[in-house]
Amino acid sequence: MDKPWNNKAWFLVLPVVVLVAFSAVIPLMTVVNYSVQDTFGQNVFFWAGTDWYEQTLASERFRDALVRNLVFSFLILAIEVPLGIAVALAMPRKGWGVSVCLVLMALPLLIPWNVVGTIWQVFGRIDIGLLGRVLADIGIDYNYTQEPIAAWATVIVMDVWHWTSLVVLLCYAGLVSIPDAYYQAARIDGASRWAVFRYIQLPKLKHVLLIAILLRFMDSFMIYTEPFVVTGGGPGNSTTFLSIDLVKMAIGQFDLGPAAAMSIVYFLIVLALSYVFYTVMTKTGADRPGGR
Amino acid sequence: MARIVLDGIAHSYLSEPRRPADWALKEINHTWEDGHAYALLGPSGCGKTTLLNLISGLLTPTKGRILFGEEDMTGLPPEARNIAQVFQFPVVYDTMSVFDNLAFPLRNRRVPEAEVKTRVAEMLDIIGLKDKARRKAAGLSADEKQKISLGRGLVRSDVAAILFDEPLTVIDPHLKWVLRSQLKHLHRRFGFTMIYVTHDQTEALTFADKVVVMYEGEVVQFGTPAELFERPRHTFVGYFIGSPGMNVLPAKVDGAEAMVGSHRIALEGSYGRPGNGAEIGVRPEFVRIAPAGEGVPVQIRGVEDVGRYRIVRTLLAGHELNAIAGEDEALPAEASALFDPGHVNVYVNSHLVEPEAR
Repeated sequence: MDKPWNNKAWFLVLPVVVLVAFSAVIPLMTVVNYSVQDTFGQNVFFWAGTDWYEQTLASERFRDALVRNLVFSFLILAIEVPLGIAVALAMPRKGWGVSVCLVLMALPLLIPWNVVGTIWQVFGRIDIGLLGRVLADIGIDYNYTQEPIAAWATVIVMDVWHWTSLVVLLCYAGLVSIPDAYYQAARIDGASRWAVFRYIQLPKLKHVLLIAILLRFMDSFMIYTEPFVVTGGGPGNSTTFLSIDLVKMAIGQFDLGPAAAMSIVYFLIVLALSYVFYTVMTKTGADRPGGR
Repeated sequence: MARIVLDGIAHSYLSEPRRPADWALKEINHTWEDGHAYALLGPSGCGKTTLLNLISGLLTPTKGRILFGEEDMTGLPPEARNIAQVFQFPVVYDTMSVFDNLAFPLRNRRVPEAEVKTRVAEMLDIIGLKDKARRKAAGLSADEKQKISLGRGLVRSDVAAILFDEPLTVIDPHLKWVLRSQLKHLHRRFGFTMIYVTHDQTEALTFADKVVVMYEGEVVQFGTPAELFERPRHTFVGYFIGSPGMNVLPAKVDGAEAMVGSHRIALEGSYGRPGNGAEIGVRPEFVRIAPAGEGVPVQIRGVEDVGRYRIVRTLLAGHELNAIAGEDEALPAEASALFDPGHVNVYVNSHLVEPEAR
């Protein structure tokens, strides 16, 4: 059991450590630094201790934004994951249709986020937008600049349009990797279409779904650009998510201390929730010895 | 249970087969008698799996009919046929327990739960996984998983036949023997028809009452292991079965004589004059090495000791000729080969010809 230790190996990871330090750790530490001090500019700082944190956690504005974010993430996951699986199941497995579908699916992912926002901002306008005009003409009271429900619907449909493709592509990759023998055995066993999905396809999709859900959760929880372009956080504060609120506070009001404290809390929430997701999803079904 | 009749079936994976090579399976007429154990032997890509999938209904034949007894099954899906199939790689339903895996085909067929319980319990006993019944199937070893695949086939009481598609490929060699004898035992006990695909001749010959040898989409011989050994109907069967395979030498056949190069070899019976494309086939077991002068002169090029006997590799008029020699038999420096006339077969265009008169 006496393994020789050779600390020279640390030099090999040094470049990565330096890179990560400059790109992540040092900026994060600056934020930590801001979060415990107060400043009025001119590089003058006063020690504030945990004041900003207490203020953030007690703030109704923060809690409202957090709830909005959680609801938003929950809704888009509840729509995008089943929809993504359904689309992936419906996609052809061979022939010319495969590449057509893959390209179509990849398209929304290639569009810059602010352009996605602009597309939907125009699309939904009741004066010139195709969607807005059609809805208004068939008598639906739709105005995303006035009504919170319409604004939410727009932001959610936009996110579904933008990101379901990612879930589809991940699931499709998972589906095509299932060997034919599984489907053949299921037919011999007399399994129904539902049983094939439930006992073959879904279990085999578990790992890609884990990745899809994690990515979609983190992304949606940190969403900024698209709703900012479409609604600017309005009407009122109805679509003001944490990131939008954070930018308002830091750049709009120049409250660096509270904004920094909020950033840290925000970051810890994302980290904690991702960890919970990951643990829960890898633990389910892992109750057997020797399992992956 | 019933016999399975293949009435002129052929299959092509193309929508419009034109050339003979487009057919994965050329026309086959064959009857699998009820309760027998068959081995389907052939090299990779010869159509074995295609034939199996046609019988189980995973594929629908391009031509011909499949009958179970008197009933036409040609267009029916696998779930409507009482056939079980075990695949090369073990298929288990990962999220289910071992018990549920075995119960799956029964529950899909709406068998009452009480009966499911007794049948699965019995099957767990047979495959020896009783103590793991409640375990998730995902964590088991490859051979345990294959036992489950096997069990899912055997658990159904209604199966007319069980098809095995090289089921022991992924199993450790020492377990292969165990599983194979277990299979034989089950076959004797339940009496279902068994069709066993393999490219391993030992497996085929030890396992089956009758062996079907396939080559390039055709059945080239159907017979008992002894028939395959002594009178291969096609040179391919000769090569494929036996170790080393049969010697096949191009020859000019004239009556009861064959000329290999300038050497005369006696045949049993008269074959007339078959003309071009004639070959003689003789198994190494029926070639004896003798001192020069006794038989046709050969050059010894190497000797391989394989344990109980030795393989003598020689050249006869430029053609390779293998012979079997005993462990203690002395090999002369100047050698000749003696052929057992009763075991020299004549082939024309690779197919066996019978003598006109013996």
